Amino acid sequence: METASLAVMFTLTLFAFGAAAWVFGASQPGSVFHFFLHPLVVGPFLVTAFLILLRIDYQQYRVANEPFFFLLDTTIVALAVPLHQQFYNFRIVAKPLLTTLIFSVFFASISAVGCALMLGADISIMVSLAPKSATTPMALRIAEKIGGNLSMTAGIVVLTGITGAIFGPALFNKLGIKDDRIKGFVLGICAHGIGTAKALEISRKCGAFAILGLGATGILTALILPCLVLLLIK
Amino acid sequence: MLRGFITLLVFQGIGESIVYFGHLPIPGPVIGMVLLFLALQAKNQGAPASLEDIAHLMIRYLYLFLIPACVGCFFLIKNNLEEWIIIIISVVVSTLVSMIFGALMMKYMLTRHQKKPEEDSQ
Repeated sequence: METASLAVMFTLTLFAFGAAAWVFGASQPGSVFHFFLHPLVVGPFLVTAFLILLRIDYQQYRVANEPFFFLLDTTIVALAVPLHQQFYNFRIVAKPLLTTLIFSVFFASISAVGCALMLGADISIMVSLAPKSATTPMALRIAEKIGGNLSMTAGIVVLTGITGAIFGPALFNKLGIKDDRIKGFVLGICAHGIGTAKALEISRKCGAFAILGLGATGILTALILPCLVLLLIK
Repeated sequence: MLRGFITLLVFQGIGESIVYFGHLPIPGPVIGMVLLFLALQAKNQGAPASLEDIAHLMIRYLYLFLIPACVGCFFLIKNNLEEWIIIIISVVVSTLVSMIFGALMMKYMLTRHQKKPEEDSQ
Protein backbone atom coordinates (compact mmCIF):
# COMPACT_ATOMS: atom_id res chain seq x y z
CA MET A 1 0.00 0.00 0.00
CA GLU A 2 1.18 3.52 -0.67
CA THR A 3 2.71 5.55 2.11
CA ALA A 4 0.23 8.35 1.54
CA SER A 5 -2.85 6.23 2.21
CA LEU A 6 -1.18 4.72 5.29
CA ALA A 7 -0.54 8.20 6.62
CA VAL A 8 -4.12 9.25 5.92
CA MET A 9 -5.59 6.28 7.79
CA PHE A 10 -3.21 6.78 10.71
CA THR A 11 -4.15 10.45 10.92
CA LEU A 12 -7.82 9.47 10.71
CA THR A 13 -7.47 7.72 14.07
CA LEU A 14 -5.82 10.77 15.63
CA PHE A 15 -8.51 13.02 14.22
CA ALA A 16 -11.33 10.76 15.46
CA PHE A 17 -9.77 10.71 18.92
CA GLY A 18 -9.57 14.51 19.02
CA ALA A 19 -13.15 14.91 17.84
CA ALA A 20 -14.43 12.29 20.29
CA ALA A 21 -12.61 13.89 23.22
CA TRP A 22 -14.09 17.25 22.27
CA VAL A 23 -17.65 15.89 22.01
CA PHE A 24 -17.28 14.11 25.36
CA GLY A 25 -15.98 17.27 27.04
CA ALA A 26 -18.72 19.44 25.55
CA SER A 27 -21.60 17.19 26.63
CA GLN A 28 -23.35 17.68 29.97
CA PRO A 29 -21.44 15.71 32.65
CA GLY A 30 -23.63 13.42 34.74
CA SER A 31 -26.37 12.97 32.18
CA VAL A 32 -26.94 9.50 30.71
CA PHE A 33 -26.28 11.06 27.31
CA HIS A 34 -22.74 11.92 28.46
CA PHE A 35 -21.89 8.25 28.90
CA PHE A 36 -23.21 7.21 25.53
CA LEU A 37 -20.93 9.87 24.06
CA HIS A 38 -17.91 8.10 25.54
CA PRO A 39 -14.72 8.56 23.43
CA LEU A 40 -14.67 4.83 22.75
CA VAL A 41 -18.12 5.03 21.20
CA VAL A 42 -17.80 8.26 19.21
CA GLY A 43 -14.18 7.78 18.02
CA PRO A 44 -14.56 4.33 16.47
CA PHE A 45 -17.96 5.34 15.07
CA LEU A 46 -16.41 8.26 13.16
CA VAL A 47 -13.64 6.06 11.77
CA THR A 48 -16.08 3.31 10.79
CA ALA A 49 -18.38 5.76 9.05
CA PHE A 50 -15.44 7.17 7.10
CA LEU A 51 -14.16 3.74 6.09
CA ILE A 52 -17.59 2.54 4.95
CA LEU A 53 -18.14 5.74 3.02
CA LEU A 54 -14.86 5.35 1.15
CA ARG A 55 -15.26 1.55 0.85
CA ILE A 56 -11.96 0.81 2.61
CA ASP A 57 -11.87 -2.54 4.36
CA TYR A 58 -10.83 -3.01 7.97
CA GLN A 59 -7.70 -5.01 7.23
CA GLN A 60 -6.18 -2.09 5.32
CA TYR A 61 -6.99 0.29 8.13
CA ARG A 62 -5.53 -2.10 10.70
CA VAL A 63 -2.18 -2.33 8.91
CA ALA A 64 -1.89 1.47 8.91
CA ASN A 65 -2.68 1.61 12.64
CA GLU A 66 -0.36 -1.15 13.84
CA PRO A 67 1.70 1.35 15.94
CA PHE A 68 -1.32 1.92 18.20
CA PHE A 69 -1.53 -1.78 18.98
CA PHE A 70 2.14 -1.71 19.96
CA LEU A 71 1.66 1.34 22.19
CA LEU A 72 -1.24 -0.42 23.92
CA ASP A 73 1.23 -3.05 25.11
CA THR A 74 3.61 -0.37 26.34
CA THR A 75 0.76 1.24 28.26
CA ILE A 76 0.10 -2.02 30.10
CA VAL A 77 3.69 -1.93 31.34
CA ALA A 78 3.16 1.72 32.34
CA LEU A 79 0.28 0.72 34.65
CA ALA A 80 2.97 -0.52 37.07
CA VAL A 81 3.69 3.13 37.98
CA PRO A 82 0.31 4.11 39.51
CA LEU A 83 0.17 0.68 41.12
CA HIS A 84 3.52 1.34 42.78
CA GLN A 85 2.56 4.86 43.87
CA GLN A 86 -0.71 3.83 45.50
CA PHE A 87 0.65 0.67 47.02
CA TYR A 88 1.07 1.61 50.67
CA ASN A 89 -2.47 3.06 50.87
CA PHE A 90 -3.81 -0.38 50.18
CA ARG A 91 -1.69 -2.39 52.57
CA ILE A 92 -3.87 -1.63 55.58
CA VAL A 93 -6.90 -3.17 53.90
CA ALA A 94 -4.98 -5.77 51.90
CA LYS A 95 -6.89 -8.78 53.12
CA PRO A 96 -10.45 -7.59 52.35
CA LEU A 97 -9.22 -6.25 49.00
CA LEU A 98 -7.61 -9.53 48.00
CA THR A 99 -10.61 -11.65 48.97
CA THR A 100 -13.02 -9.36 47.11
CA LEU A 101 -10.74 -9.33 44.10
CA ILE A 102 -10.39 -13.09 43.74
CA PHE A 103 -14.10 -13.84 44.16
CA SER A 104 -15.24 -10.94 41.95
CA VAL A 105 -12.91 -11.81 39.08
CA PHE A 106 -14.15 -15.40 39.05
CA PHE A 107 -17.73 -14.28 39.41
CA ALA A 108 -17.54 -11.75 36.54
CA SER A 109 -16.14 -14.31 34.08
CA ILE A 110 -18.40 -17.15 35.14
CA SER A 111 -21.58 -15.05 35.13
CA ALA A 112 -20.87 -13.78 31.61
CA VAL A 113 -20.03 -17.21 30.22
CA GLY A 114 -22.98 -18.77 32.07
CA CYS A 115 -25.38 -16.19 30.70
CA ALA A 116 -24.14 -16.75 27.14
CA LEU A 117 -24.44 -20.52 27.63
CA MET A 118 -28.08 -20.14 28.68
CA LEU A 119 -28.79 -17.98 25.62
CA GLY A 120 -27.28 -20.67 23.41
CA ALA A 121 -24.10 -18.93 22.29
CA ASP A 122 -21.34 -20.96 20.66
CA ILE A 123 -17.89 -21.59 22.09
CA SER A 124 -16.10 -18.72 20.29
CA ILE A 125 -18.45 -16.20 21.89
CA MET A 126 -17.92 -17.71 25.34
CA VAL A 127 -14.14 -17.65 25.02
CA SER A 128 -14.29 -14.01 23.93
CA LEU A 129 -16.57 -13.14 26.87
CA ALA A 130 -14.35 -14.65 29.56
CA PRO A 131 -11.76 -11.84 29.86
CA LYS A 132 -14.44 -9.13 29.75
CA SER A 133 -13.58 -7.40 33.00
CA ALA A 134 -9.85 -7.09 32.36
CA THR A 135 -8.80 -3.71 31.00
CA THR A 136 -8.90 -3.67 27.16
CA PRO A 137 -5.19 -3.98 26.36
CA MET A 138 -4.95 -6.93 28.71
CA ALA A 139 -8.23 -8.49 27.63
CA LEU A 140 -7.02 -8.37 24.03
CA ARG A 141 -3.79 -10.11 24.88
CA ILE A 142 -5.60 -12.70 26.98
CA ALA A 143 -8.19 -13.35 24.26
CA GLU A 144 -5.32 -13.79 21.80
CA LYS A 145 -3.75 -16.39 24.10
CA ILE A 146 -6.94 -18.35 24.75
CA GLY A 147 -8.12 -18.19 21.15
CA GLY A 148 -10.97 -15.70 21.38
CA ASN A 149 -11.91 -13.26 18.66
CA LEU A 150 -9.90 -10.07 19.30
CA SER A 151 -12.31 -7.56 17.84
CA MET A 152 -15.23 -9.25 19.56
CA THR A 153 -13.41 -9.10 22.89
CA ALA A 154 -12.59 -5.42 22.38
CA GLY A 155 -16.27 -4.71 21.81
CA ILE A 156 -17.32 -6.78 24.81
CA VAL A 157 -14.84 -5.01 27.10
CA VAL A 158 -15.99 -1.57 26.00
CA LEU A 159 -19.61 -2.61 26.50
CA THR A 160 -18.76 -3.90 29.98
CA GLY A 161 -17.09 -0.63 30.95
CA ILE A 162 -19.94 1.53 29.72
CA THR A 163 -22.53 -0.64 31.49
CA GLY A 164 -20.57 -0.35 34.75
CA ALA A 165 -20.04 3.40 34.49
CA ILE A 166 -23.69 4.13 33.69
CA PHE A 167 -25.35 1.86 36.25
CA GLY A 168 -22.63 1.70 38.93
CA PRO A 169 -23.37 4.90 40.87
CA ALA A 170 -27.14 4.23 40.91
CA LEU A 171 -26.48 0.66 42.03
CA PHE A 172 -24.28 1.80 44.93
CA ASN A 173 -27.04 4.20 46.03
CA LYS A 174 -29.61 1.39 46.02
CA LEU A 175 -27.30 -0.86 48.03
CA GLY A 176 -26.58 1.94 50.51
CA ILE A 177 -22.82 1.92 49.88
CA LYS A 178 -21.14 5.19 50.87
CA ASP A 179 -17.51 4.07 51.25
CA ASP A 180 -15.46 5.46 48.34
CA ARG A 181 -12.99 2.61 48.69
CA ILE A 182 -15.71 0.09 47.85
CA LYS A 183 -17.13 2.14 44.97
CA GLY A 184 -13.68 2.62 43.43
CA PHE A 185 -12.46 -0.93 43.84
CA VAL A 186 -15.66 -2.46 42.46
CA LEU A 187 -15.71 -0.04 39.49
CA GLY A 188 -12.08 -0.91 38.77
CA ILE A 189 -12.71 -4.66 38.97
CA CYS A 190 -15.99 -4.80 37.06
CA ALA A 191 -15.67 -1.88 34.64
CA HIS A 192 -11.86 -1.36 34.19
CA GLY A 193 -10.72 1.91 32.54
CA ILE A 194 -14.14 3.35 31.81
CA GLY A 195 -15.25 2.59 35.38
CA THR A 196 -12.00 4.10 36.65
CA ALA A 197 -12.72 7.34 34.81
CA LYS A 198 -16.10 7.41 36.57
CA ALA A 199 -14.42 6.67 39.93
CA LEU A 200 -12.01 9.58 39.44
CA GLU A 201 -15.05 11.86 39.06
CA ILE A 202 -16.32 10.70 42.48
CA SER A 203 -13.10 11.36 44.44
CA ARG A 204 -9.31 10.87 44.40
CA LYS A 205 -9.48 8.05 46.90
CA CYS A 206 -12.19 6.37 44.84
CA GLY A 207 -10.04 6.74 41.71
CA ALA A 208 -6.95 5.30 43.38
CA PHE A 209 -8.83 2.18 44.46
CA ALA A 210 -10.23 1.85 40.95
CA ILE A 211 -6.73 1.89 39.42
CA LEU A 212 -5.68 -0.83 41.84
CA GLY A 213 -8.78 -2.88 41.03
CA LEU A 214 -8.19 -2.45 37.30
CA GLY A 215 -4.53 -3.45 37.46
CA ALA A 216 -5.04 -6.36 39.80
CA THR A 217 -7.99 -7.72 37.80
CA GLY A 218 -5.93 -7.60 34.63
CA ILE A 219 -3.07 -9.53 36.20
CA LEU A 220 -5.31 -12.08 37.87
CA THR A 221 -7.39 -12.67 34.74
CA ALA A 222 -4.22 -12.96 32.69
CA LEU A 223 -2.71 -15.49 35.06
CA ILE A 224 -5.78 -17.65 35.65
CA LEU A 225 -7.81 -17.62 32.46
CA PRO A 226 -5.27 -19.08 29.99
CA CYS A 227 -4.56 -21.95 32.40
CA LEU A 228 -8.29 -22.52 32.92
CA VAL A 229 -9.01 -22.60 29.19
CA LEU A 230 -6.10 -24.96 28.55
CA LEU A 231 -7.50 -27.31 31.18
CA LEU A 232 -10.99 -27.16 29.66
CA ILE A 233 -9.74 -27.85 26.14
CA LYS A 234 -7.79 -30.89 27.33
CA MET B 1 10.75 11.45 29.55
CA LEU B 2 12.71 9.61 26.84
CA ARG B 3 14.53 7.62 29.52
CA GLY B 4 11.20 6.64 31.03
CA PHE B 5 9.89 5.54 27.65
CA ILE B 6 12.99 3.44 27.05
CA THR B 7 12.52 1.84 30.48
CA LEU B 8 8.96 0.88 29.53
CA LEU B 9 10.13 -0.56 26.20
CA VAL B 10 12.88 -2.54 27.91
CA PHE B 11 10.42 -4.10 30.35
CA GLN B 12 7.97 -4.74 27.51
CA GLY B 13 10.78 -6.51 25.63
CA ILE B 14 11.79 -8.57 28.66
CA GLY B 15 8.18 -9.60 29.21
CA GLU B 16 7.72 -10.60 25.57
CA SER B 17 10.99 -12.55 25.57
CA ILE B 18 10.08 -14.48 28.70
CA VAL B 19 6.72 -15.45 27.19
CA TYR B 20 8.32 -16.35 23.86
CA PHE B 21 11.13 -18.50 25.22
CA GLY B 22 9.15 -19.94 28.13
CA HIS B 23 6.05 -20.70 26.00
CA LEU B 24 3.83 -19.17 28.69
CA PRO B 25 0.10 -18.65 28.15
CA ILE B 26 0.33 -15.18 29.80
CA PRO B 27 0.58 -11.94 27.77
CA GLY B 28 4.14 -10.57 27.62
CA PRO B 29 3.29 -6.96 28.60
CA VAL B 30 1.58 -8.25 31.76
CA ILE B 31 4.84 -9.96 32.77
CA GLY B 32 6.63 -6.70 31.93
CA MET B 33 4.27 -4.77 34.15
CA VAL B 34 4.70 -7.14 37.09
CA LEU B 35 8.51 -6.99 36.72
CA LEU B 36 8.51 -3.18 36.56
CA PHE B 37 6.27 -3.05 39.62
CA LEU B 38 8.62 -5.39 41.52
CA ALA B 39 11.64 -3.35 40.44
CA LEU B 40 10.02 -0.14 41.71
CA GLN B 41 9.06 -1.82 44.98
CA ALA B 42 12.59 -3.18 45.41
CA LYS B 43 14.03 0.34 45.05
CA ASN B 44 11.67 1.34 47.84
CA GLN B 45 11.24 4.97 46.76
CA GLY B 46 9.13 6.99 44.32
CA ALA B 47 9.27 6.20 40.61
CA PRO B 48 11.88 8.26 38.67
CA ALA B 49 10.33 11.50 37.37
CA SER B 50 10.88 10.58 33.71
CA LEU B 51 9.11 7.26 34.16
CA GLU B 52 6.25 8.86 36.07
CA ASP B 53 5.73 11.51 33.37
CA ILE B 54 5.62 9.04 30.49
CA ALA B 55 3.40 6.60 32.39
CA HIS B 56 0.82 9.27 33.18
CA LEU B 57 0.96 10.57 29.62
CA MET B 58 0.39 7.13 28.14
CA ILE B 59 -2.44 6.28 30.51
CA ARG B 60 -4.08 9.57 29.54
CA TYR B 61 -3.96 8.57 25.88
CA LEU B 62 -5.16 5.03 26.50
CA TYR B 63 -8.38 5.72 24.61
CA LEU B 64 -6.46 6.77 21.51
CA PHE B 65 -4.58 3.45 21.41
CA LEU B 66 -7.86 1.59 21.80
CA ILE B 67 -9.68 3.20 18.87
CA PRO B 68 -8.34 0.91 16.08
CA ALA B 69 -9.39 -2.21 18.01
CA CYS B 70 -12.85 -0.76 18.62
CA VAL B 71 -13.26 0.03 14.94
CA GLY B 72 -12.85 -3.71 14.38
CA CYS B 73 -15.67 -4.25 16.87
CA PHE B 74 -17.96 -1.89 14.95
CA PHE B 75 -17.34 -3.81 11.73
CA LEU B 76 -18.12 -7.02 13.62
CA ILE B 77 -21.44 -5.79 15.01
CA LYS B 78 -22.40 -4.61 11.56
CA ASN B 79 -21.75 -8.07 10.08
CA ASN B 80 -23.21 -10.28 12.84
CA LEU B 81 -26.07 -8.44 14.45
CA GLU B 82 -27.79 -11.60 15.70
CA GLU B 83 -24.74 -12.89 17.53
CA TRP B 84 -24.26 -9.52 19.16
CA ILE B 85 -27.72 -9.44 20.70
CA ILE B 86 -26.76 -12.45 22.83
CA ILE B 87 -23.45 -10.83 23.71
CA ILE B 88 -25.01 -7.53 24.74
CA ILE B 89 -27.54 -9.24 27.01
CA SER B 90 -24.83 -11.41 28.61
CA VAL B 91 -22.52 -8.45 29.19
CA VAL B 92 -25.13 -6.14 30.72
CA VAL B 93 -26.62 -8.81 33.01
CA SER B 94 -23.31 -10.20 34.20
CA THR B 95 -21.76 -6.77 34.79
CA LEU B 96 -24.68 -5.65 36.95
CA VAL B 97 -24.75 -8.91 38.90
CA SER B 98 -21.00 -8.92 39.53
CA MET B 99 -21.01 -5.28 40.68
CA ILE B 100 -23.72 -6.06 43.23
CA PHE B 101 -21.80 -9.16 44.32
CA GLY B 102 -18.46 -7.33 44.57
CA ALA B 103 -19.81 -4.33 46.49
CA LEU B 104 -21.69 -6.40 49.06
CA MET B 105 -18.76 -8.75 49.52
CA MET B 106 -16.25 -5.96 50.06
CA LYS B 107 -18.59 -4.17 52.47
CA TYR B 108 -18.86 -7.36 54.51
CA MET B 109 -15.09 -7.96 54.43
CA LEU B 110 -14.31 -4.38 55.49
CA THR B 111 -16.72 -4.51 58.42
CA ARG B 112 -15.12 -7.72 59.60
CA HIS B 113 -11.65 -6.25 59.12
CA GLN B 114 -12.48 -3.07 61.02
CA LYS B 115 -13.06 -4.98 64.25
CA LYS B 116 -9.28 -5.08 64.51
CA PRO B 117 -7.61 -1.70 65.31
CA GLU B 118 -6.34 0.04 62.20
CA GLU B 119 -4.89 3.46 61.40
CA ASP B 120 -6.76 5.61 58.88
CA SER B 121 -4.74 6.57 55.86
CA GLN B 122 -6.75 9.62 54.87
